[in-house]
Amino acid sequence: MSEVLVVVEATREFGVKKVTLEMLTLARELGTVSAVVLGGAGAAEALGAKLGEYGAEKIYAAEGEEIDGYLVAPKATVVAELVKRVQPAAVLLASSQEGKEIAARLAVKLDNGILTDVVGLAADGTATQVAFAGSTIVKSKVTKGLPLVTVRPNSLNPSPAAATPAVEQLTVSVTDADKLAKVVERVAEQKGSRPELTEASIVVSGGRGVGNADNFKLVEELADLLGGAVGASRAAVDSGFYPHQFQVGQTGKTVSPQLYVALGISGAIQHRAGMQTSKTIVAVNKDGEAPIFELADYGVVGDLFKIVPQAAEEIRKRK
Amino acid sequence: MNIVVLVKQVPDSGADRNLRPDDNTVDRGSANNVINEMDEYAIEEALKIKEAHGGEVTILTMGPDRATESIRKALSMGPDKAVHVVDDALHGSCAVATSKVLAAALGQLNADLVICGAESTDGRVQVMPHMIAERLGVAALTGARKLTVDGATLTAERQTEEGYEVVTASTPAVVSVWDTINEPRYPSFKGIMAAKKKPVQTLSLGDLGVAPTEVGVDGATSAVLEHTKRPPRSGGEKITDEGEGGVKLVEFLATEKFV
Repeated sequence: MSEVLVVVEATREFGVKKVTLEMLTLARELGTVSAVVLGGAGAAEALGAKLGEYGAEKIYAAEGEEIDGYLVAPKATVVAELVKRVQPAAVLLASSQEGKEIAARLAVKLDNGILTDVVGLAADGTATQVAFAGSTIVKSKVTKGLPLVTVRPNSLNPSPAAATPAVEQLTVSVTDADKLAKVVERVAEQKGSRPELTEASIVVSGGRGVGNADNFKLVEELADLLGGAVGASRAAVDSGFYPHQFQVGQTGKTVSPQLYVALGISGAIQHRAGMQTSKTIVAVNKDGEAPIFELADYGVVGDLFKIVPQAAEEIRKRK
Repeated sequence: MNIVVLVKQVPDSGADRNLRPDDNTVDRGSANNVINEMDEYAIEEALKIKEAHGGEVTILTMGPDRATESIRKALSMGPDKAVHVVDDALHGSCAVATSKVLAAALGQLNADLVICGAESTDGRVQVMPHMIAERLGVAALTGARKLTVDGATLTAERQTEEGYEVVTASTPAVVSVWDTINEPRYPSFKGIMAAKKKPVQTLSLGDLGVAPTEVGVDGATSAVLEHTKRPPRSGGEKITDEGEGGVKLVEFLATEKFV
């Protein structure tokens, strides 16, 4: 079977991201899976076991300051050289900011088509995408070059398939043009033990109805009891209740969890754009006419300051 | 500093949006078309840099004739002039081809700094800044929530999933911005009147030396094979809290096996 390249996404703190496991699972249907690790020194060593567990037969590693000290350009150069050498059947990247950016440069370097936010990929290269805030399902195909796709987190359930990957260190030959955008500082912000927003299978979000930053503790408490991530509507973020990186919606993150809980969110189109492909949606809002109820599988009309603490108490009781 | 801001006209994300049944491209005819929201933040950032450091701000748009409306709207915020790449052959161009056209136009504009929104609300593909930077051989600082200009040195703060990064580059460069970077100004009446008289240069593919076969539906590097509307979600059960709302909510979560 032909080789399929999966460009690994990982975080410094938590290692291999779930979307990477999804990509490995998807890639196994298409060919022999090779994972590409691009990062600081020792990255492949640290991530190798997990990648093998999900079926990576081979790991290509490009590591060090030349790769890690700059924005994506050196990574794209390394992957482009690898693609030219091994002629893979497809290249999969995560549909994250970084994944899309590497893919963007690859597309230009290889004069190759690109498909982003892919939620499914068939063996013949036909990709499924969701467009216009989840309102349209699109079947599409790269018509020039190989299937170069970025995969949206939470597109499929990752399943393990053990392999013992051989590691090949790539010689890094990045040019001066790849080193124009230098990373001078990386600041980790407190994150706690909550799952990453786009990858979480449960997301609990708060909106304007939460009232103030302090009250977001309620949203966090429910999220923690359910083992979910915390999100916020644009109205809540603009009002300073919660940081922007947790914003769900048109100009924030797109999430597609198994369960989405909307607390005090009216459901403006801007917000729906980021969450309406969630599998199950639950809403609590004091306005029974709020548009969020049009898409909620279960809605409670009432005061969230009474309903949420009661729900939290009930979950504790059942645990 | 010579600043070029990329502005895209998109179908209003607040309204129903569709792909065309005939050639599977974005239906721009039936839609209410507006400036891509994120681009207003790019314009604001460019104007602030001009106000602090001097220079000129040019709007660059690729799009059909009707994109003129968005160009005038952009100019009413304060930029000096605009360049409109318009050519019938461009209809249905993919991202790769679009970046080729924009890079060719930028090649004629001699920009020190290209600023754009981090993504458009129609495609949300987020690839354009890096594609253009790759073609021009310049730096790309993407997803900036803060931008500092010190002579030829640009420093940007960008949000990451783990926190934030500080990244730096020298001009010429491409910078993309999120909507956290500033608060765009509203066009003043004077600005709206002035915009009507500001120069808008139109460029065709011929002017840019790009062959029509490299762009449009035929020159696209990817194709939409089919598209279907997702059935709209319908609301499920809705109850009014009469003291047991929280418990009932958890009962629902339990039947769905989330608790």
